[in-house]
Amino acid sequence: MNQDNLFELNKVSKRFTKGKETISIFDNLDMQIKRGDFLAIMGPSGSGKTTLLNLLGGVDQPTSGEVWFDGSRIDSLSESQLAKWRANNIGFIFQFYNLMPMLNAAKNVELPLLLTNLSAKERQQRVDTALQLVGLADRAKHMPAEMSGGQLQRVAIARAVVSDPKLLLCDEPTGDLDRRTADEILEMLQLLNREFGKTILMVTHDPAAAKYATHTLHLDKGQFVREGGVPAEEVSL
Amino acid sequence: MKDFYLVYKNLTRKKLRLFLTCFAIFIAFLIFGAVTALQGALNSGVEMSADNRLVVFNKINFTQPLPYAYVNKVRSIDGVEHVTHANWFGGYYQEPANQIVTMAVAPESYFEVYEELVVDPQQKASWLANQAGVLVGERLAKVNNWQIGDRIPISSSIFSHKDGGQTWDLVVEGIFTANDPQIDTGYMVFHYKYFMETQSWGGDYVGWIVLTTEDPALNEQVAKAIDENFANSQAETDTDTEKAFNKAFIEQIGNIGLIIFGVVFMAFFTILVLVGNTMVLAVRERTNEIAVLKTLGFSSPRIFRMILTESCLLSFLGGLLGIGAAFLVVRFLSEMMARFLPNLVLGSDILLQALGYMLLLGLITGIVPAVNALRLNIISAFARG
Repeated sequence: MNQDNLFELNKVSKRFTKGKETISIFDNLDMQIKRGDFLAIMGPSGSGKTTLLNLLGGVDQPTSGEVWFDGSRIDSLSESQLAKWRANNIGFIFQFYNLMPMLNAAKNVELPLLLTNLSAKERQQRVDTALQLVGLADRAKHMPAEMSGGQLQRVAIARAVVSDPKLLLCDEPTGDLDRRTADEILEMLQLLNREFGKTILMVTHDPAAAKYATHTLHLDKGQFVREGGVPAEEVSL
Repeated sequence: MKDFYLVYKNLTRKKLRLFLTCFAIFIAFLIFGAVTALQGALNSGVEMSADNRLVVFNKINFTQPLPYAYVNKVRSIDGVEHVTHANWFGGYYQEPANQIVTMAVAPESYFEVYEELVVDPQQKASWLANQAGVLVGERLAKVNNWQIGDRIPISSSIFSHKDGGQTWDLVVEGIFTANDPQIDTGYMVFHYKYFMETQSWGGDYVGWIVLTTEDPALNEQVAKAIDENFANSQAETDTDTEKAFNKAFIEQIGNIGLIIFGVVFMAFFTILVLVGNTMVLAVRERTNEIAVLKTLGFSSPRIFRMILTESCLLSFLGGLLGIGAAFLVVRFLSEMMARFLPNLVLGSDILLQALGYMLLLGLITGIVPAVNALRLNIISAFARG
């Protein structure tokens, strides 16, 4: 594995069986993500974006092929090993925020830290820092129901970065937001990439959102294609 | 412990549902506590019975007397250790409603047969010396605030005094206790001879005979010998162990054990269904949140434990409140019904049993949603929305 790459997918195939029918999502897909990159994945519905995100996030495993992360193979890890790997390496940002409705902003941000050995005081310090980073230090005690969509997504970003993961996976992070708020969120992701060196992979339908990324890949029918639909032999960034 | 806050917030997120579910558990444990304490009170006589003590009654029924001569005949049977006898007096103090368990007994032998009763030798000597003397149980003396030397008029609802009226003036010569606090001391005993001499019916009979055997293993043999000895006589006998007699006496009311089991079973079955259903629904509503937790890196066994902890917490919350309320109810009733149910207490054995049931209830009602959460697939959960 190339040391510059954080992620590598080597000849990855993913197939689902539905009744007697086998559906192939990917077939021998290769992909590399360099450290510090901000990559946008675009493509029509059913192109395999979400499946790719699941494979990269370790919530799904390939039918065949190799998935390498930071020098280690993750495609053969057990469910509990993957859970630990996700907690240590990945920050997730979802389209619908997925915050816990019964926890306030600070407690939501603290969730990934419950999986670490940090003391309560250290956790609190990290939560405060993360909330300051997203500009919500004054909203720490607010419940999700008391916040706007933009604020909820900022809390979700704080939750994603609080444990200092190597990779942020964003699934349509602005899909539920108006343009202005979406731009604020994207600027924040850009800041995390540029100033803090976070590697980010963002799945989006929105070409305006993709412009914030340093690179954009188009996925169609389980294959990376060049803009305009021309198949790409290999995608390396 | 880090997850406890999360468990607590999940438990308390819907206050009305928490209240209603807790209330159902509360009622079940209130019923359990109160009814089990009642069962304990009714069974205390059975539990406290000596293993080697037999009771001889008239075969017709226990209200019919036996000839006095039977006492010595029983004493002569092989395997018999001590023999005494007693007569029911049907006493009350001041008002018929204020009933006092009063028995006319053979003073010399009574305390040989009932070895668990403790009386100061000096008080016993005073009682033996005074025909009109009475020995009062500690609990009865306490309830009526009687002291040694008090002259107490005890009336009978059955017998009349030779001098007219139905009241006997008795003098408290001593107060007896027991070597086990569970043993009832809510009664009094006075002299059989004095009773026979002063009551208007006269006669030479005893109510029942109580004896101890040399060894509990001889119980059956001795009981058989006694009953055979008096077979085909004017007053045939029915001899049984004290334990069996007390049990049969209690069961005249009905099969208490079965009734109590039925009540407790219905209460628990109802809450099992109710709480189990509530937990399944509560966790199903959180499918997406559980998927998020798993995505963040919470392992499946950890989420499994969190849900079981939540169901156990719910069970203990309602259960402890219920058993606490049962404790107060039982304490109130024990004061109200001290005369009839002297051993009505919610003891540590019931509390331990209740804690066991709370844990069991929590595990049973939590296991299905916990297993569902354990098996939850992140991708399918998000696809369901």
